[in-house]
Amino acid sequence: MAHLDVDVVAADRTIWSGEARMVSAPSVEGDVGILPGHTPMLAVLRPGTVRITPASGGEVVRATVEAGFLSVDGDRVTVVTDSAPTGDRAATPAGTGPAGH
Amino acid sequence: MAVSQRVYRQRIRSTQSLKKIFRAMELIAASRIAKARGRVTAATPYTAALTRAVSAVATHSDVSHPLTTERTDTNRVAVLVATADRGMAGAYSAGVLRAGERLIEDLRAEGKDVVLYAVGRRAVSYYAFRGREVAGSWTGGSDAPTYEVATEIADTLLDAFGAPVEAGGVAELHVVYTQFVSMVSQVPRVIRMLPLEVVEGVAPAEGTRAQPLYEFEPSPEAVLDAMLPQYIRSRIYTCLLQAAASELAARQRAMQTATDNAEELIRTYTRQANQARQAEITQEISEIVSGADALAS
Repeated sequence: MAHLDVDVVAADRTIWSGEARMVSAPSVEGDVGILPGHTPMLAVLRPGTVRITPASGGEVVRATVEAGFLSVDGDRVTVVTDSAPTGDRAATPAGTGPAGH
Repeated sequence: MAVSQRVYRQRIRSTQSLKKIFRAMELIAASRIAKARGRVTAATPYTAALTRAVSAVATHSDVSHPLTTERTDTNRVAVLVATADRGMAGAYSAGVLRAGERLIEDLRAEGKDVVLYAVGRRAVSYYAFRGREVAGSWTGGSDAPTYEVATEIADTLLDAFGAPVEAGGVAELHVVYTQFVSMVSQVPRVIRMLPLEVVEGVAPAEGTRAQPLYEFEPSPEAVLDAMLPQYIRSRIYTCLLQAAASELAARQRAMQTATDNAEELIRTYTRQANQARQAEITQEISEIVSGADALAS
C-alpha cells in the first residue's frame, strides 16, 4: 500500500514530517483531500487547518496554517506555510491526557 | 632607569582584565554559533520546498510574472548590505562593506543609480559617516535574525521593485552578505535577487515518460503570485541567517586571537617587570656598597 511522504514546513522549522494515508488541506477554492497517487498539484492555501492521517494509524495530526501553499508531486506532499503557526499536533499530547502533569 | 615595576604591574593587571573580557566574548560567540547553525538547518526544508515548487511552476507553465521580468523603465537599482550590529568581529563587516563598494562601483560604471539599504549598525554608521543616503535600514539582532525582520525587509524591497518610476521604483535588487562556508571560512558574496532568474531545475525527460501535468489551484498566475514573494522572503531570511552565523564565527576567531595576544602581552610585561625589579635591587646593592665604602675609607 502506497503512502504519502508528508512534510509540513514553516520558515524557521519543520512542523511535522512523516508518512501519511491522507492529507486534507484548505485550498483557496475549497478543501482538498490528497490520497496516494494524486496528480501533481500546486495549490494556494487559505487560513485554516491541515489534517494529516498518519500511516501508522493513530490520531489525526492537525496543523494551523495562515497562508502558504501545498505541493503534491509523486506521493510527496509538502505543505509550506509562511508564518509560524501557533497550531500544534494537538491530538497527540491530548490523547495521553491523564498521565500528564 | 627604565619604567618602574609599578607601571608594569599596572599594565599586567589591565591586560589581564582585558583578556577576561575577550575570553568571555569568545565563549559567548561560540555558544551562539551552534544556535545560529541550528537555525540555518531548521530553515533548509522550507527553502528546499519553495525552490522545488518554484522550479516546478517554471517548468510546467510558461507564465511570466512581474518579479521575473527585467524592468527597463528605470536605471535605479537597490543594494542591500548585511553587516553586524557590533564590532569585535575582525574584518567581518569591513569585508562585506568592501564587497558592497565594489558592487556599487560596478553598477555606477554601468550607468545605474544605486539605492542603498542597510542591515546592521556597522553598515548604517559606515554610510552615515560618508554622508551617503540610505533608503532603509534595520538594526538590532544581526546575530539572531527573526523571520519577521526578514519579511519586513523583503516586503520593503518588493514594494520598491513593484513601485512605478515616479515613486522611486528600482529595476534590480542585489544583496551583499557573507556566506558561511565553515567555521574557518566565511566569504562575502553578492547575489542578484531580483528580477528572478528561474533556472529550470527539472530536465524534461524525453520519450519514456510523459511529463506529469501539474494542476494549479486556482491558476498558475495565482500560485506564482503567492509563491514568489514567499520565495524572496525565504531567500533573504537565508542570507540573514548565513550572515549571522558568519558574524559569530568571525567574532569567535577575532576574540580568540585577541585572547592569545593578551596572553603574549602579559608574558612580555611580566618579563620586563622582573627585569625592572632586578635592576632596582642591583642599584640598591651598589648604593649600599658604595655608601659603606665611603664610610670605611
